[in-house]
Amino acid sequence: MRVLAAMSGGVDSAVAAALAVEAGHDVVGVHMALSRNRDQFRTGSRGCCSIEDAGDARRAADVLGIPYYVWDLSETFEETVVADFLSEYSAGRTPNPCVRCNEHIKFEALLDKATALGFDAVATGHYARVEAQEAPDGTVTRELHRSPNDAKDQSYVLAVMGPERLDRAMFPLGGFASKDEVRAEAERRGLSVSAKPDSYDICFVADGDTRGFLRSRLGAQPGEVRDTDGNVVGEHQGAYAYTVGQRKGLGLGRPAPDGRARYVVDVDTGSNTVVVGPAELLSVDRIAGDRAVWFAPAATDWTDCEVQVRAHGRAVPAQVRAVPGADGGADGLELRLGEELRGIAAGQSVVAYRGTRVLGQATVSRAWRDAPVTTGVPGGTVPA
Amino acid sequence: MSAAALEAFVAEAGRTGNASSLHSAGRAARRTVEESRESVAAALGARPSEVIFTGGGTESDNLAIKGIFWGRRSQDARRTRVLVSAVEHHAVLDPAFWLAGHAGAEITLLPVDGEGLVDLEALRAELAAHADEVALVSVMWANNEVGTVQPVREVVRIAHRYGVPVHTDAVQAVGQVEVDFAASGVDALTVTGHKLGGPVGVGALLARRDLPLEAVSHGGGQERGVRSGTLDAAAIRAFAVALGEAAAAREERAATLGALRDELVAGVRRVVPDAVLRGPDPHATTPSGAPARLPANAHFTFPGAEGDSLLYLLDSAGVQASTGSACQAGVPQPSHVLLAMGVSETDARGALRFSLGATSTHDDVTRLLAALPQVADRARAAGLVAARPLSGGVA
Repeated sequence: MRVLAAMSGGVDSAVAAALAVEAGHDVVGVHMALSRNRDQFRTGSRGCCSIEDAGDARRAADVLGIPYYVWDLSETFEETVVADFLSEYSAGRTPNPCVRCNEHIKFEALLDKATALGFDAVATGHYARVEAQEAPDGTVTRELHRSPNDAKDQSYVLAVMGPERLDRAMFPLGGFASKDEVRAEAERRGLSVSAKPDSYDICFVADGDTRGFLRSRLGAQPGEVRDTDGNVVGEHQGAYAYTVGQRKGLGLGRPAPDGRARYVVDVDTGSNTVVVGPAELLSVDRIAGDRAVWFAPAATDWTDCEVQVRAHGRAVPAQVRAVPGADGGADGLELRLGEELRGIAAGQSVVAYRGTRVLGQATVSRAWRDAPVTTGVPGGTVPA
Repeated sequence: MSAAALEAFVAEAGRTGNASSLHSAGRAARRTVEESRESVAAALGARPSEVIFTGGGTESDNLAIKGIFWGRRSQDARRTRVLVSAVEHHAVLDPAFWLAGHAGAEITLLPVDGEGLVDLEALRAELAAHADEVALVSVMWANNEVGTVQPVREVVRIAHRYGVPVHTDAVQAVGQVEVDFAASGVDALTVTGHKLGGPVGVGALLARRDLPLEAVSHGGGQERGVRSGTLDAAAIRAFAVALGEAAAAREERAATLGALRDELVAGVRRVVPDAVLRGPDPHATTPSGAPARLPANAHFTFPGAEGDSLLYLLDSAGVQASTGSACQAGVPQPSHVLLAMGVSETDARGALRFSLGATSTHDDVTRLLAALPQVADRARAAGLVAARPLSGGVA
């Protein structure tokens, strides 16, 4: 097959490219340039956006003896991932830009351009497995599964790509049980990125300062922080920069009268108000999502599953069903959680699994509590 | 490297000796350097004392732009203007803009026409308005991307009327068209080794003795005190040998390459009719009868296609070409040369340059023409994918 290896400059994508070469494919390395202003991204961030990373990717391609190109996808990245990041925060929601990058950049812009140029598949360094299941009539369905490496499993951020594109995606690291194994594979092949640290930050937010980035792009919007009774307890420079469930960085001078920790329980960017309250207000047992994609036939009745709401979060037992979406289409879903979860913000990605298999994915539109509150704190629902 | 240049390089590299030393090994090295200097001067119509050996074209351009700027400004503090054509190589543009950012220089980009030819009226107007404030003019002998041969003699005639010195970057021109330093009248000229079959990392700036030229790198005072550093006798000798060969073979080689280029241009137009040739007509001549375009150069834009797609597809078909200039991280940028020629940013993204060399053959051209129609179609399809709106609920 003709395979395009997406090479970020990190160890995972370098080893993924190496494995594609060794599997006998005709491999071309492509580094995606995602930043318009490369200097801005150069310092303080790691991932796929700096000149150093482009150099590391080129070096790895040279070691592997494969052609290497840089594709400028910065305009698309700005129009999709960064624009989504800003508009979601502006709406008081909490986006996951890595999910949107997989959706719009890696498995749309990159994959479609690769297909148009005659490539059969795009290989990335993600930790997830694709399993082909052949039905008795010969039709093959591809399933997305968790990596056996629990700590690195990235099926959560990949699920957004949906099933149609899975047959053009290759995840050569899907079977690796640990990152150390991948590093050893890199070292064995003389790939100098073997010891490069992992990236955790959002690649376009230098120094990990999300609030600073949002303020630079959205402007300061001073407003009030209130408690659940409506009392003003502090000030902020823009409600958009707060996330439901957040405890740190609230800047509230004095403690709550009852001395308990306060959390953001609501972000209303319409009135530019941040509402804080006790932890129990964050507990939810119901989630509604939209923009759902299904890897299995959409469940019309409540169906047992496990659900994960964060990239490195634990999956909890739940039931899922498909419901009409906000605009009347069939792209909504609902979840009944078997145990309560805390601090789920609208905009987060939610993924339903059965065992290791991804059933579906959606973006949280609302999370609330159905069961009666037992702590004596007034109010039953937590707006999201 | 050519066989003769490589042989000269190896022979010289095996000897010890610093051309600045007085002992016998040093004298031998110095003799090599000075004979090379005479040979380079002879090949380019200069005097040996006008040859300053450097580490290549970029260094020569930096020395010319910064050195002449500083030299002229120290004679008269009002001279802060630098006039350069808009299609110069970055080795000229970037030091000029560096001077603007760090040394109070004011840069005027002289516009070019649709074929990349510098606008002499604009030069005249700038000089008429600010002659006392102009430190230097720099206009390349021939453009590296679209092959346009510039009217350097006219530039000199105009600039000298106002007493302003002229530098020309002749890196692309030497070995392809006749370059005569004295006859051209320029005050400084850049040439480099590796474009001629010489080694990488050696070149020269030819500079008239009366040109105010400040040093850029200071140290032991070699090369008239403007380019300190122990001379690389082996590289200099190999450069001189390659330049001599290139000069001797120029006319014959230009005729061969020109014929092959004409075949390529006609072929591309035949197999991809909407491809647009950029730069001068290959058969046009300058008013003095010289070719208006470098004989080894062909340059096309392919509407709707992106250069990096074309490049990849051609490469996988076994044809090497190049697109616009690449930035540090390798991101393809639309060429400043094409933009200056009035080509739209979209069209400029679909640019491909074909440079022919000593080893290019009729079979190479045939292979290119066989691959090109499908390559252009595919690249266009990929361009359509890139241009369409993406899915999802993003504003």
